[in-house]
Amino acid sequence: MPMARLRQRAMIYLNIIVAGLLTGAVYGLMALGLSVIFGVIRIVNFAHGEMMVLAMYAAVVLNRWLGLDPLTALPLVTAALFVAGYALQRGFLNRYIARPDHEQFLLLLAVATVLTASLLIGFGPDARGVSLAYAYDSYELGALLLDKVRVLAAAGAVAGAAALWAFFRFSRTGTAIRACADNQTGAQVVGLDVKRLYAVTFGLGAACVGAAGCLLLLLIDVEPYIAADYTLLAFIIVILGGLGSIAGALLGGILVGVSEALAGFVLEPSFKSAFSFALLILVLLVRPQGLLGRR
Amino acid sequence: MTIGRRRPVVLLASALLVSAAAALPLLPFVDNYVVSVLIVALFAAYFGQAWNIVTGFAGQLSLGHALYVGLGAYAAGALFFHWGVPPWLGMLAGAAGAALAGAVIAALSFRFRVGGVYFALLTIAFAEFTRILFDHFSWVGATSGLYLPVANRAHDDLLRLRGSPAMFYYVLLALTLGGLALSRHLLSRRIGYYWQAIREDEDAAQALGIDVFRYKVAAMGLSAAMTAVGGALLAFYDNVLFPDTTFAIGRSVEIITAPIIGGLGTLAGPLIGAVALTALGEVTTRLGSGLAIDGLKQWLFGAALLAVVALQPAGLWPWLRSRLGLGGDRR
Repeated sequence: MPMARLRQRAMIYLNIIVAGLLTGAVYGLMALGLSVIFGVIRIVNFAHGEMMVLAMYAAVVLNRWLGLDPLTALPLVTAALFVAGYALQRGFLNRYIARPDHEQFLLLLAVATVLTASLLIGFGPDARGVSLAYAYDSYELGALLLDKVRVLAAAGAVAGAAALWAFFRFSRTGTAIRACADNQTGAQVVGLDVKRLYAVTFGLGAACVGAAGCLLLLLIDVEPYIAADYTLLAFIIVILGGLGSIAGALLGGILVGVSEALAGFVLEPSFKSAFSFALLILVLLVRPQGLLGRR
Repeated sequence: MTIGRRRPVVLLASALLVSAAAALPLLPFVDNYVVSVLIVALFAAYFGQAWNIVTGFAGQLSLGHALYVGLGAYAAGALFFHWGVPPWLGMLAGAAGAALAGAVIAALSFRFRVGGVYFALLTIAFAEFTRILFDHFSWVGATSGLYLPVANRAHDDLLRLRGSPAMFYYVLLALTLGGLALSRHLLSRRIGYYWQAIREDEDAAQALGIDVFRYKVAAMGLSAAMTAVGGALLAFYDNVLFPDTTFAIGRSVEIITAPIIGGLGTLAGPLIGAVALTALGEVTTRLGSGLAIDGLKQWLFGAALLAVVALQPAGLWPWLRSRLGLGGDRR
């Protein structure tokens, strides 16, 4: 009998871990946006979570007005956020890239405050979500029970990350952006338009949160005040995984997703972010370049 | 040196400002509400001065100063609540604890060469981690909060910090002036010059033989201790402490906003920034509540903040000073 109970217990843990893993992939895509922005432009985007929440509201609106599924809305929202991010960097932030950290921090924080307040004015403080016909569907894989929404979200996140990787690896613009990240002066010397590339980079980072926001909307409801938590979460993930590493961002996201799910189950739910912060402190002190980052 | 020539003028202006500040609560139109707003401004000014030491003078960006507010507040509050320890003694205990915590966090970070934005994130992580620990720390009430016994306020008891808002106003005014004097004193001493050298170019400072590690840790320890002293006062002014507000990231952000708006690394910056921000907060609250729209207050505040940081990145005081023709001295 104890053997059967042990088996049952192991299956519960396995299910929790897999659910955390799938959610974590979406976190990873969100953090990937931050990693790209921070890694290339060296600007601390403290409005990252706010940008994602904006994307989530955009998906909610498209769902209410046009009846679009968040997955159908995803390309639209992603494109819109790319344009918004491009414009923000080109028209505004490019002037402040050489500024000290604390000025950039306050600048982005003010942008974040205005974004959250605008959403609050537009939508009020209550949580909004979309109702999906397949919200409670699940796939059965042996003893594993996989929520359909989680599988879709994770698949979307991995596809997004792969597309970004291919862009940086194979396209000319992607190569140019990598050159900027490696050596800004050198990139300028060989005639690259660094300011335009920075704008493209910020646009790409914003596109990542746009896609991540749509995917996350499959899993949770949105309210204006959750934004700051996601900004912090993105930073934790980027530092865990290593700056500038696409695989690192996904790994960091999955680590945080799994540890949140486990901490919420084994300890009290309120401990789940303590666990992430403890991980962050440990990694910063022992391996500041992150798990997959290079010095 | 323009500053030498103008010294009597500056002294006279300071004396006038201080006596005006001291006389404020006696004016007829200043009721308890106005005093409470002034107290908010003084807290912001004092915390800003404390933070200014580690970030403005020594150049290390800390985004987790709510941690030291919380340690000071909870040390003084809990010692008073459980054993009746006088607030001023509890304040000392809190300051010592916060100094130790600040020094340990700084030593850990700088020993492992964590700097810049990474250091900033590490300070956030320590503050958040401590917040969650206190959420589960039942000796200080955990999430249900620590309520200090409120005695009647018939007369002011300075020794036990029980009394009217006006009493707190004067205590805070004295503390803020003390903080200003201390900052001024430190800046004119060897340690102040070492800090500024580290801020401007750490490698060069090291090459000149400055023990960079030691002075950075000292800046953090001192800044943390000063912050905790303010935190202890906050505990007795508010009479109730919750981990989620006392240690909140929002508080850390508030602490750094005033000095940056006023002029980071300057002596008058935290004061001027605190007054400007408190006034802005009052105006946006009035406008926001007048129209009764959720989020309007935050929107106005954010937009104003954005305008100041975008247009006057060095802060209000350097701009004001050049307008007044007070010379180019950085302080």
